[in-house]
Amino acid sequence: MPGRRGLLGGLAAAALAAGRAEAMTAERGTGDLGLVVERASGSVQIVETTGRSALGRITGLGDLSHASAVFSRDGRYAFVFGRDGGLNKIDLLQGELNRRVLQAGNSIGGAISDDGRLVAVGNYEPGGVRVFDSVTLEPVEDIPAAYGPEGAARSKVVGLADIPGRGFAFSLYDADEVWTVALPEGGAPEIRRFRDAGRQPYDGFVTPDGRHYIAGLFGEDGLTRIDLWHPERGVQRVLPGYGRGEEPLPVFKMPHLRGWAVAGEQVFLPAIGRHELLVADRWDWTERGRVAVHGQPVFAVARPDGRQVWVNFAHPRNDVVQVVDTESLSVVHAFTLGRGVMHLEFTPRGEQAWISVRDINRVEVFDTRSLARIASLPAESPSGILLTARAGRIGF
Amino acid sequence: MATLLLAGTARAEVPPERQAELRRLLLHDCGSCHGLTMRGGLGKPLLPETLAGRSDEALAEVILQGVRGTPMPPWREELSAEEARWMVQTLRQGVSHAR
Ligand code: HEC
Repeated sequence: MPGRRGLLGGLAAAALAAGRAEAMTAERGTGDLGLVVERASGSVQIVETTGRSALGRITGLGDLSHASAVFSRDGRYAFVFGRDGGLNKIDLLQGELNRRVLQAGNSIGGAISDDGRLVAVGNYEPGGVRVFDSVTLEPVEDIPAAYGPEGAARSKVVGLADIPGRGFAFSLYDADEVWTVALPEGGAPEIRRFRDAGRQPYDGFVTPDGRHYIAGLFGEDGLTRIDLWHPERGVQRVLPGYGRGEEPLPVFKMPHLRGWAVAGEQVFLPAIGRHELLVADRWDWTERGRVAVHGQPVFAVARPDGRQVWVNFAHPRNDVVQVVDTESLSVVHAFTLGRGVMHLEFTPRGEQAWISVRDINRVEVFDTRSLARIASLPAESPSGILLTARAGRIGF
Repeated sequence: MATLLLAGTARAEVPPERQAELRRLLLHDCGSCHGLTMRGGLGKPLLPETLAGRSDEALAEVILQGVRGTPMPPWREELSAEEARWMVQTLRQGVSHAR
């Protein structure tokens, strides 16, 4: 790739030279690869789930304190979104940073379009969404999250997700709105605004079939749902008043909704400020039950077969992962792993669960049937674990 | 202005082992909303320049009581008043070296 380095600025090129992973193997596919984000050191490790090992580390990626990543549709490249507005494109096969742009001052996450051509980033500062060409990282579109009188204010954008039809959905935290945008090739962006979408949406996700966009609300009990098949029906509330006037607990960490669990007929949702998972019917979205859990849930992820949901928790109860059986709606197992369990990810068929434990600097890998630990990998303050199988999923 | 305020306030006393814990809390747990480098996220930036002009006590009070109607939670169950003041003073020095 030496020819490409000329396109990069001096700084980025230096980072690239420094950042190359040490030990990539020559010829292989990427279906069993993934990334472990090392939040404090601005690096990622490339890992593989067949032998359960690390293949190398790429450094110089900026502030990864809230990092997430999406994958190109061929599973070769990862786009890692840094908190500092950095958009990093990583070549998993070469084990190197392919491109990096600093596209905003402060960003939260991103998504890739269904055709794989567009990478969108949700920004806090300046509030809005910026869209880039996934090959070159050249800017394609800038969508300011303008609201208020004459659109003078800019809202923080949260919960950005891809939706079918070369589009994205996202929430405006300060404006209580949800927007969808379609970006037809060669045409102008088609933006649809949903006003009064609920108070202080803090994150959002798309159901695995791409039909519904769900935003979690901080400012009220309930979630917001938009039926993307029927946007004309507007905003609908899910589980309104789930706290029934009780005083919620202080929230020490916001739940992350991407990857929230749709398992079989049921959707598992976080009750903000409570030690509970809310369970809704996948089709009519009414409440089906609740699961009392160890702490305030942060991630709840369904094993791909839908039989179990694994949950981690907010500070100060963040040393535990619980396993919920989706038939009986009960907790069937708990692991105590060390402080700062940050994220968990299943392999595509669900036989392994990878869990990052920040304060002991390890990624622990479990067999999801025997619940035995089958590997333990060193990592520096690991947070997100993201496997390439996300490339083929809507909303990831 | 910040130096003046600092000069007028006593340095918060926190034992060294506890300081290490507080630093970790600051980076990772406060950092989950304010950013690992405190440049802001869902929460406001907590940089020397954005905190200048307000007293240690006032800011420590925000940390202990939280800000109702916003995601800023109260930390009084976990932090003493002295520790909250220590956090403010640490933020005033800039935490980028605190790692
Ligand atoms: C769950 C998210 C969250 C966490 C965790 C959090 N904060 Fe905040 N914090 C906020 C928000 C949001 C605001 C802005 C509140 C407002 O609008 O006035 C804020 C405001 C503040 C302010 C006032 C800033 C100003 O300029 O007025 C201070 C100081 C502060 N936080 C310190 C802390 C410290 C120290 C911690 C960790 C012990 C912490 N915060 C953890 C969300 C958070």
